Amino acid sequence: MFQILKKESLAPQFKRYVIAAPEIARKHRAGQFVLVMLHEHGERIPLTIAGSDKEAGTITLVVQEVGKTTMEMGLMEEGDCLYAVVGPLGTPTHVERWGTVVCVGGGAGIAPLLPIAKAMKEAGNRVLSILGGRSRDLVILREEMAALSEEMWITTDDGSLGRKGLVTHALADVLASERPDYVVAVGPAVMMKAAAEMTRPLAIPTLCSLNTIMVDGTGMCGGCRVLVGGQPKFVCVDGPEFDAHQVDFDLLIKRLRTYLPQEQLAKQRFLESHQCVALEAAGGRV
Amino acid sequence: MTGLPELPKKERTKIPRHHIPEQPPEVRIRNFQEVALGYTPQMAMEEAQRCLQCPDHPCVQGCPVQIDIPTFVDLVRQGEFAKAVAKIKEANTLPAICGRVCPQEDQCEALCVLGKKFSPVGIGYLERFVADYERQSGTVRMPEVPPWSGHKVAVIGSGPAGLTCAADLARLGHKVTIFEALHKPGGVLLYGIPEFRLPKAIVEYEVENLKKMGVEIRTNFVVGKTATVEELFWEYGYDAVFFGTGAGLPSFLGIPGEELIGVLSANEFLTRVNLMKGYAFPDYDTPVPVGRRVAVIGAGNVAMDCLRCAKRLGAEEVMCIYRRTRAESPARIEELQRAEEEGIDFRWLSAPLEIYGNADGFVTGMKIQRMELGEPDASGRRRPVPIPGSEYEIAVDMVIVAIGQSPNPLATRVTPGLQLDRHGCIIVDPETQMSSIPGVFAGGDIVTGAATVILAMGAGKKAAQGIHEWLAKLD
Ligand SMILES: Cc1cc2nc3c(=O)[nH]c(=O)nc-3n(C[C@H](O)[C@H](O)[C@H](O)COP(=O)(O)OP(=O)(O)OC[C@H]3O[C@@H](n4cnc5c(N)ncnc54)[C@H](O)[C@@H]3O)c2cc1C
Ligand SMILES: Cc1cc2nc3c(=O)[nH]c(=O)nc-3n(C[C@H](O)[C@H](O)[C@H](O)COP(=O)(O)OP(=O)(O)OC[C@H]3O[C@@H](n4cnc5c(N)ncnc54)[C@H](O)[C@@H]3O)c2cc1C
Ligand code: SF4
Ligand code: SF4
Ligand code: FES
Ligand SMILES: [Mg+2]
Repeated sequence: MFQILKKESLAPQFKRYVIAAPEIARKHRAGQFVLVMLHEHGERIPLTIAGSDKEAGTITLVVQEVGKTTMEMGLMEEGDCLYAVVGPLGTPTHVERWGTVVCVGGGAGIAPLLPIAKAMKEAGNRVLSILGGRSRDLVILREEMAALSEEMWITTDDGSLGRKGLVTHALADVLASERPDYVVAVGPAVMMKAAAEMTRPLAIPTLCSLNTIMVDGTGMCGGCRVLVGGQPKFVCVDGPEFDAHQVDFDLLIKRLRTYLPQEQLAKQRFLESHQCVALEAAGGRV
Repeated sequence: MTGLPELPKKERTKIPRHHIPEQPPEVRIRNFQEVALGYTPQMAMEEAQRCLQCPDHPCVQGCPVQIDIPTFVDLVRQGEFAKAVAKIKEANTLPAICGRVCPQEDQCEALCVLGKKFSPVGIGYLERFVADYERQSGTVRMPEVPPWSGHKVAVIGSGPAGLTCAADLARLGHKVTIFEALHKPGGVLLYGIPEFRLPKAIVEYEVENLKKMGVEIRTNFVVGKTATVEELFWEYGYDAVFFGTGAGLPSFLGIPGEELIGVLSANEFLTRVNLMKGYAFPDYDTPVPVGRRVAVIGAGNVAMDCLRCAKRLGAEEVMCIYRRTRAESPARIEELQRAEEEGIDFRWLSAPLEIYGNADGFVTGMKIQRMELGEPDASGRRRPVPIPGSEYEIAVDMVIVAIGQSPNPLATRVTPGLQLDRHGCIIVDPETQMSSIPGVFAGGDIVTGAATVILAMGAGKKAAQGIHEWLAKLD
């Protein structure tokens, strides 16, 4: 049984969960994820393991509520059990002592970035971080990231915290002042694509973590396939991390829209029967 | 049940084979309920009456697990359904499943003497009848489980190979844990074969029986990820491991356009529809793509299931694209016929060349090459060769690729010392099913490549025996 031991709100529509999953915690390495099903009628959604505690037998998940399943998860309470949690899946981050590593995280991408940044730091790298979000509240895990970063910059779309603008603006500044040895970019596909285009001419190796639609997470369905260097790859087993300079982001962005009409229908139906969530989603507080 | 008398041989051949009652095509294409409704007791006894009780019983040679067919059939004739099913279970633990999905026309029924001049005895129909009868009457007798031998065995995968191996090991007194990657046990029986061919309640029922025999089932456990085989031995304390991980890796065509939205592997489509119950979206949360004009590539059992699921989901036109002819189709005849009755448009001698899409990345069409049959190839089937200049285009909004599966390397790749062939199948000793690693056994599709339910069960059974003998040596 995968019990929710702790649940806290990090920001509007961002929640952190500590889940009892001793076997997964024991094997977890940075870069890996789990597939979660809330209940028997649920869908299988991938969520990055944002941290684990082998002694306590727990894993941490940070979830942004964007649609039916993540919003419904937001209604689950401490003591409730998730129907299924499978993992740890995916190939762990390839960690090396590169020298200076710039970690760029946008929105919900900061959650998967944290364990990678931590592993980079532990491997002896000098970590510089750039975090971004729509507004002040949505730049999550700031303290955790600051604790392991030599320097950190924050950008917000509305200028409510740090610099007004996008993470890529901050990245441009860093690249103008020094030449890092490695860049890790995790966030929305458009952001990762933009970051990759900035480091490509400088030939700085750049890692990204892809968020394709998944079903099984074990290489069985092929639904998560993307083109990397022109070759089809399964994100759940070959990834989720890839050389950002090789990824066909335009295709990835299109494929993420596969089920848009169904997802909107599911979300609408869910919000109609859960007014409190609808209110929070509309920006109100509950 | 009062049985029917034994008839003189001549009389028996005069009874026509009883066809199994079915939902009519126009009704069944609107639901996911089982197509074949099953014999009534009277029909079953009459069908059983046809059997000639051949002393050399060639039918038994056609059954991969050698069920004593004439004996069980004669028990059906006598109305002794419980005894009939007990007879079958000596050789086959899952008759309700095999009776439904075995390719009988290539196996037991292919060798039935009656088939030469008349039609063969409906062995599969009788098998499912008695199994259903037993289940519905609640008279199932659980096999005796002897006291614990002191040994623990890990079975990886809960498909027919794993389920059979676990059942036999439990009956031999060993403690068994099945580790299954998905959230529900059953393997292809659950995620692949649709409800309308094999009701999931039957699979669940068999799994429940296994639990009653003391078998532990751990779902959501991916061997190779959650724990490795080495850890199963040294940290979890298992004395032997059985690989029944199947052939779950989808093959793609490698043609341009395969990355477009609306191009799915059969595995993805069937998993969304069957395992995740996407046909009941939004009551179930997993969406399934809805195509109005759907092309399925391939013509095996997997392709038939995709075609018929797509039809039931409401597609207006469902096409089967296959580069050979109907005669070479590897699907079961019965399922092929049912697909035809359901209005599937079969395009034989057609090979896909390219898939087209629009600016948003959605599939809009496909280029097809017409083929003709040339010289026989290595498989003995005549090789399809392209007819130059015969290309044409069709409009489709969904393409399902059902051209085969191979073993998933997820667990084998991280098992050092495990010998695989060039297809990634585990190499085993055919007598014991033991792999190159002592104490590690394997059976089913992971050894043979994509095959059949009954062969997987046969391998699971043989492996249970091999494991039992291996464990005895440890004592
Ligand atoms: C490897 C990986 C790690 C991830 N880690 C995190 C994380 O740590 N925290 C977090 O908040 N989110 C994470 N995501 C994204 C998360 O899985 C989706 O936000 C979630 O599935 C949305 O489900 P929904 O029903 O709430 O929203 P929906 O409205 O159904 O979907 C919103 C969007 O999410 C994507 N999506 C939908 N279904 C799936 C699915 N089954 N699998 C993947 N993506 C889907 C689609 O692009 C869709 O348009 C990760 C995704 C991947 C692939
Ligand atoms: C759509 C479809 C239709 C078919 N129709 C027929 C038919 O009509 N008649 C017939 O005889 N045959 C049919 N077959 C073939 C038949 O289903 C297979 O040959 C049979 O299921 C193989 O059994 P198995 O036990 O070897 O593997 P599977 O049934 O494939 O089961 C393997 C199980 O292992 C699990 N697994 C895999 N890797 C791991 C891991 N690392 N850790 C934990 N668990 C793991 C999988 O999730 C799965 O549940 C069909 C196949 C398909 C796909
Ligand atoms: S198990 Fe299959 S092959 Fe054997 S008798 Fe039954 S239907 Fe025929
Ligand atoms: S071959 Fe046919 S008729 Fe003869 S025993 Fe077998 S089932 Fe009966
Ligand atoms: S999610 Fe099915 S293969 Fe990756
Ligand atoms: Mg969803």
